[in-house]
Amino acid sequence: MKKLFALLLAAVMLMSVTTVFAEDDVITLKVAHIGPTTGAAALYGLATLHGAEIAVEEINAAGGKYRIELINEDDEHNVEKVINAYNAALDAGAQMILGTTTSKPCEAAGAQGYVDRVFFLTPSASSPAVTEDKDNVFQICFSDPNQGLASAQYIAGHSLGTKIAVIYNNADVYSTGIRDTFVAEAAKLGLEIVSETTFTDETTDFTVQVADAQNKGAEIVFLPMYYTPASLILKTAADKEYHPVFFGVDGMDGILSVEGFDTSLAEGVMLLTPFVATAQDDLTVSFVAKYQAAYNEIPIQFAADAYDGIYILIAAAEKAGITADMSAEEACELMIAAMLELQVSGLTGTMTWDETGAVSKTPMAATIVNGEYVFE
Amino acid sequence: MKMTRAKRSKIIYNIVTFALVIGAFFILQSMIDAKTISRSLKGQLVPICCWIVMAVSLNLVIGISGELSLGHAGFMSVGAYTGAVISGVLVNLYGVQDTTLRLVIAIAAGGVMAGIVGALIGIPVLRLRGDYLAIVTLAFGEIIRNLVNVLYIGTGDGRVYSSILNKKLPEGVTMLVDGAKGAVKIKPISTFMAGFILILITLVVVLNLVNSRAGRAIKATRDNRIAAESMGVNVTKYKMMAFVTAAVLAGMAGALYGLNSSTVVPTQFTFNQSINVLVFVVLGGLGNILGSVISATALTVLPEVLRAFADYRMLVYAVVLILVMIFTNNPTIRAITSRLFAPLKSFFRRAAKYAPAVGGAVKELGGEEEGEEQKHE
Repeated sequence: MKKLFALLLAAVMLMSVTTVFAEDDVITLKVAHIGPTTGAAALYGLATLHGAEIAVEEINAAGGKYRIELINEDDEHNVEKVINAYNAALDAGAQMILGTTTSKPCEAAGAQGYVDRVFFLTPSASSPAVTEDKDNVFQICFSDPNQGLASAQYIAGHSLGTKIAVIYNNADVYSTGIRDTFVAEAAKLGLEIVSETTFTDETTDFTVQVADAQNKGAEIVFLPMYYTPASLILKTAADKEYHPVFFGVDGMDGILSVEGFDTSLAEGVMLLTPFVATAQDDLTVSFVAKYQAAYNEIPIQFAADAYDGIYILIAAAEKAGITADMSAEEACELMIAAMLELQVSGLTGTMTWDETGAVSKTPMAATIVNGEYVFE
Repeated sequence: MKMTRAKRSKIIYNIVTFALVIGAFFILQSMIDAKTISRSLKGQLVPICCWIVMAVSLNLVIGISGELSLGHAGFMSVGAYTGAVISGVLVNLYGVQDTTLRLVIAIAAGGVMAGIVGALIGIPVLRLRGDYLAIVTLAFGEIIRNLVNVLYIGTGDGRVYSSILNKKLPEGVTMLVDGAKGAVKIKPISTFMAGFILILITLVVVLNLVNSRAGRAIKATRDNRIAAESMGVNVTKYKMMAFVTAAVLAGMAGALYGLNSSTVVPTQFTFNQSINVLVFVVLGGLGNILGSVISATALTVLPEVLRAFADYRMLVYAVVLILVMIFTNNPTIRAITSRLFAPLKSFFRRAAKYAPAVGGAVKELGGEEEGEEQKHE
């Protein structure tokens, strides 16, 4: 009897919680996620989609003033298709866009959105061209130049060494963007670039690049790239018994989950990242648990960015007073104004924004020790 | 003045092709004016025009002249980059604000550049027999892609700066082409009208060429090179004519395509993209210009229509492709469709017979010179 009573009471309480906002007061925002959910960059598009889905579930279950209806459109990481995806999202009634996941498509869609007046919040498009000359686009991740800058400053500030080798993908916007500012900043800080070698998306053999760094006696090898080529470089270096300090950027996150990769090779690798899945704070632990339960994999930084993105959109919408019947054009100006006054704490740090659309948050450097990320 | 049966059917074919393109244009344009068109379809109009031109021009090389070209996207990228640079230079240095003028100059320049590149490739390769063109164009597509990957062009201080391999431009230069970042900060100026006109130009050029003396020579070299040579046909010259024309048209399509977006990246013009255009051509039928127009449109729109299938979209797309291939090559189904269209065909045939005025007008378009026909006979 007692149990039944408790259950009843719980039910009543639950009812009272959910009825705080009567159905009329609940505002359902239509948010479109645009990213590559098929094709070569699907890994990143799916990560942002899944991250966003978890946040949307949480928000809709919490029963606040705002609910979110998530629309998903695939852009195939293609500059032409992204415009189709963007138009399809607006046809479906999207009021704002969470996306796009990758840089070049985001540049194209954001420019179209600038003309049409549609608000974009990109979780992970990090090229500066994404926000340049567009007041409607805001970033959650660091821009590439900022990562290059922060990496050079970190290496100089912590006296990790002065002879540096850089290996980068010269066919990739992300990689060249970071490399450009890194090299420029390194020169200013008195760091010496002794070796600089390139590769492309098709490269699978890094013997030449690693040998060049080794022969020229580099103490630090800077790897501005995603983790797949980085894992090959670590393997090649280990085979050559070359053990410098490897320094990566946020694309390196995920290296420990590469299939068939001996994680001991990544021992001592340093990387600049705003999110690590093994962090012990409550928010990260709960996010990682939910993500693993839903998708059976460890979330990468992209997923965390998108998860934060949904909460940022809700916070900005609340501040801007967005209603369900507003068109994307009407919502855009209000959202832009609200973003400038916003401060949001999420998985990837405490964030504020300025007119350029770039985020400011503190970069963190992690070192891989015993197969786990350790922050200083 | 009596027309042969084959000639009549050619004229009908040309009427249908033009009528279809012009009709589609007016329907879509009226939908735009009435604002009943969806955003999604409206956004695809210019790309569809570009892919139609790409498919028709590639069909000229593959279907009409019988050479396999696997680098058609390379010509498109030459046109796209040239168009973007020319348009940027016109604005930044000469202050040309008129978008129509800029678009016309950019498209013309894109065509000329691609034509020059096409001639450079064609001169050595088209002298050879065999599948060399396929191999060389394949390599060419990749070379162009890797070249633009390390190409830097910018404007500043009243002049154009450029460098290759390393970004050695002075500070404060407005970048037009920025290496791996592609052509950047393009002001989109392409219009559906421009795309439509480009398709018309392409059709007039290609259909005229195909039905002209030169076109017959091109087809003769395709069907039997030795016989054509023994008749005194200069094989290299006519193969060059088809190949360079196709390159020019692809360059123009590329310029239109590039200026439709705010940015163009080298990775858009990979080998896969060339194969994509090849699929349009094969699906539409080798040598069938109308078929290329229809298949390029259908295959560009199809993935967008299939968005409802979400994750299974590309799978459904592939299945549709296979089914279409099977059905269009099935003799029973072909017999049924030809029977279905028979009344329509006989109507056009009669119309062409009894209305010399219409026939005459079409003849102009089709480029059928009566005297020339006689000469060959």
